[in-house]
Amino acid sequence: MKPTATGSPAIAFRDVAYTLPGGQPLLSGLNLQIDRGETLVLLGRSGSGKTTTLKLINRLLIPSAGEVIVNGEPTAASDVIRLRRSIGYVIQEVGLFPHFSVERNIGLVPRIEGWPAERIQQRVDELLRMVGLESQIASRYPHQLSGGQRQRVGVARALAADPAILLMDEPFGALDALTRDQLQREFLALQRRLNKTVVFVTHDLREALRLGSRIALMEAGRLITVLSPDEFLQSREPLAAAYAQAFGESAASAANRGKS
Amino acid sequence: MNVFHFILQNHEQVLELTLEHLWMVGVSTVFAVLIGIPLGILSAHRPVWNKPVLGTANVIQTIPSLALFGFLLPLPWLGDRADRLAILALTLYALLPVIRNTYTGIRGVDPAVVEAGRGMGLTGSQLLFQVELPLALSVILSGVRVAVVVSVGLATIAAAIGAGGLGEFIFRGLAMVNNQLILAGAIPAAVLALSADFGLGWLERRLQPR
Repeated sequence: MKPTATGSPAIAFRDVAYTLPGGQPLLSGLNLQIDRGETLVLLGRSGSGKTTTLKLINRLLIPSAGEVIVNGEPTAASDVIRLRRSIGYVIQEVGLFPHFSVERNIGLVPRIEGWPAERIQQRVDELLRMVGLESQIASRYPHQLSGGQRQRVGVARALAADPAILLMDEPFGALDALTRDQLQREFLALQRRLNKTVVFVTHDLREALRLGSRIALMEAGRLITVLSPDEFLQSREPLAAAYAQAFGESAASAANRGKS
Repeated sequence: MNVFHFILQNHEQVLELTLEHLWMVGVSTVFAVLIGIPLGILSAHRPVWNKPVLGTANVIQTIPSLALFGFLLPLPWLGDRADRLAILALTLYALLPVIRNTYTGIRGVDPAVVEAGRGMGLTGSQLLFQVELPLALSVILSGVRVAVVVSVGLATIAAAIGAGGLGEFIFRGLAMVNNQLILAGAIPAAVLALSADFGLGWLERRLQPR
């Protein structure tokens, strides 16, 4: 199932560093290529630089050194609004607009892009079906939804303008175990269909093994290693081994399930 | 002769003074909103502006109102007519609640929502007009409500510089030691303040984000 890279990578980090204005480094010496159609998982503890890495891709942060290249163009030189609209973004807190109905939340980017109302309507219906929500939910407001439904709407909203790249920052982290399991399964099915380039942040090895085509392990602002899920479990790299051991047997079985 | 009798008998004058009163409060509130909301947005978005803007508005608030009316008297053009002065003074007083509530309202928008909006590629003005201001609206409106209620009371003092309004009755009553005359100004002013409070409060609840 793993797609092979064709042509230039979707996203490339070249010697990227990010330092806070106060001088505290959050990320340094990052070199990483993300191929089209793969799901790259950024795995690490909180404070390891995963989210910083993600935000450098849609230029919510600008690298202090080096460059981030998205679709062949350095983000620093690209039109930031165009760049962000071509990248779907899902965060843990979901960030649905509380004063917009589900429909308007999902249709926001198409609307500001000037799509005709009819086409937006169609797209919203299509997306709701795609993320497994009933169409009558369209007129509800975020506070009327369950956590799982909200996160599905968040994913639908990120997919609205059909971006080639999807950034997901611990999207399932705040959900209960059952809902998370279900959404992970649906994510895999959806990703098989849509074949987006996904960068997925998590601190959960099980999730990383299940969803990732490759896992980038981060620690204290550095990229330690990039491994496939199988390699990860066999890795002698001390941090990877520590992770694998901490998650133990359950992680191994999760990896097998993810591939079935 | 009781107060209500007096008001009925002089209803034309009561109406005229009430309208003058409303005019001063209304115009100054519009100015305060037009100036205060942009300043509130500025201080919410650019932290450097926060202290000077809110600080200045705070200082203005501490000037005793009678003194402020007096200070403004020598101003060119404005000093020519008492109602202009009154409107300027009332605008200055109304600024603080409007600025402060705009600032609080915008800072109170869930950061996740703002980040999601930025990440989706909303421009600064799209974010402001479609996300931040709508979500801050009820808080901003409650600032406007405070400003209006305070202005209705303050505007009675404008009569001291000859700007008219319901303060006319109050000052005349004070000079003549006539309680009925004082109440003929005070009761309509209180009714104005209460109805503004009620009406804007209702609007505020309607606009509360869910």
